[in-house]
Amino acid sequence: MSPKAGKHSILFDAPPYLASAATVAGPREGQGPLGPDFDLIYKDLLLEQKSFEAAERKMLADACALALEKGNYRLEQMDYFLAGDLLNQITASSYCAAKLALPFFGLYGACSTLALSLALGAILVAAGFATNVLAATSSHNCSSERQFRYPTEYGFQRPLQAQWTVTGAGAAVIGAEGQPPRITAVTTGKVVDFNQNDPLGLGVAMAPAAASTLLLHFQELQRNPSYYDLIVTGDLGKVGMALNRQILARSGYQLDDNYNDCGVMIYNPDLQQVESGGSGCACSALVGLGHIWRRMQEGELKRVLLVSTGALHSPTTLAQGESIPSIAHAVALEMGDGS
Amino acid sequence: MGTYLTAFIVGGLFCLVGQLLFDLTKFTPGHILSGFVVAGGILGSLGLYDRLIQFAGAGASLPISSFGNALVKGAMSEAARRGVIGVLTGMFELTSTGITAAIFFAFLIAVFFNPKG
Repeated sequence: MSPKAGKHSILFDAPPYLASAATVAGPREGQGPLGPDFDLIYKDLLLEQKSFEAAERKMLADACALALEKGNYRLEQMDYFLAGDLLNQITASSYCAAKLALPFFGLYGACSTLALSLALGAILVAAGFATNVLAATSSHNCSSERQFRYPTEYGFQRPLQAQWTVTGAGAAVIGAEGQPPRITAVTTGKVVDFNQNDPLGLGVAMAPAAASTLLLHFQELQRNPSYYDLIVTGDLGKVGMALNRQILARSGYQLDDNYNDCGVMIYNPDLQQVESGGSGCACSALVGLGHIWRRMQEGELKRVLLVSTGALHSPTTLAQGESIPSIAHAVALEMGDGS
Repeated sequence: MGTYLTAFIVGGLFCLVGQLLFDLTKFTPGHILSGFVVAGGILGSLGLYDRLIQFAGAGASLPISSFGNALVKGAMSEAARRGVIGVLTGMFELTSTGITAAIFFAFLIAVFFNPKG
């Protein structure tokens, strides 16, 4: 067993491998600067399905199939399927799980789901309860807009702090054996609530959660930000990223050029009109499992800390005047032996 | 009496107020929309909104505040003819064209087209 490195962190004795990863992306994400890193780019948002929700399920299933194929795995080799998404009752994941027929843990961590599923997958493997775990997550711009904000037909004006929900899905195989990178440490975040209630400025609501988890990670593992080649937060966007930097600087941790945010990386801010940046489960998934996983395979990055951030409100609680609680989970990915 | 110029200026001022509310306050689009309807209703009940329409034409009759004005006017004129019950029956007298058109055209579009985004 790996001893806990603190109340929130685990440093694995035998770090599990992030043995395979695959990403599928919507057209807008495909046209972004990271487009070449995705395995499959769809031409439209419907994928020949009858609804955007059905399209999201298909993306998730495609990502899972690709992750298995890329790592030469058979479905039967997977001991667990961990997945989550943004829809009510996480239907994209549940319907996808119905087809895979694997032991399934449905997760809800909003946009933090990628790090959440990788962390739990790594814990299952490291503890010896699984040899291989399939972890996946998805989001679809249109299904999210319908659920959380306004339908396109409403012609709603997007303020500058708004973010664009990423259309896409990512899946990964976490294995006791395989190719690096390895998941060497995880830090489980706690829910923080700074009384923000703007559903169009989620980066602001989530920045304190990201800062809280990063602080816990640095303190409990006695690491500095410079330990990592790259620290990425999930989907704070330009506004939340600046805020996160400020909060950490006040706590004595200076984030330098090795800090970036998936929401800022995924689109071209000058050409793509996404205001503050991208968001959604697929934001971390496309950048983490597409871009970063490839850069690690190619040796450009050796140590990466992925901190996916999630806003845990619902449209109902917001309408009732409640604030937006947020969470962030951190997963350390390292090439080489790692332990 | 309304001219292109007064319509442009008054209509533009309505939009400016809406944009400032959107940018500077925490009101949601729903709040701002209903606020305009209520404000139009209040101005209408004081008899001011019709004078604004006379002055600015479509600049005042097109914004959603005009809907509030029409709700109040319909209710008031029916109330004058039929008493208290007229408030209820008259409310949608003038606005029924807009409401019916919205429902009808929304239905028509939904039958023939699928959303693309």
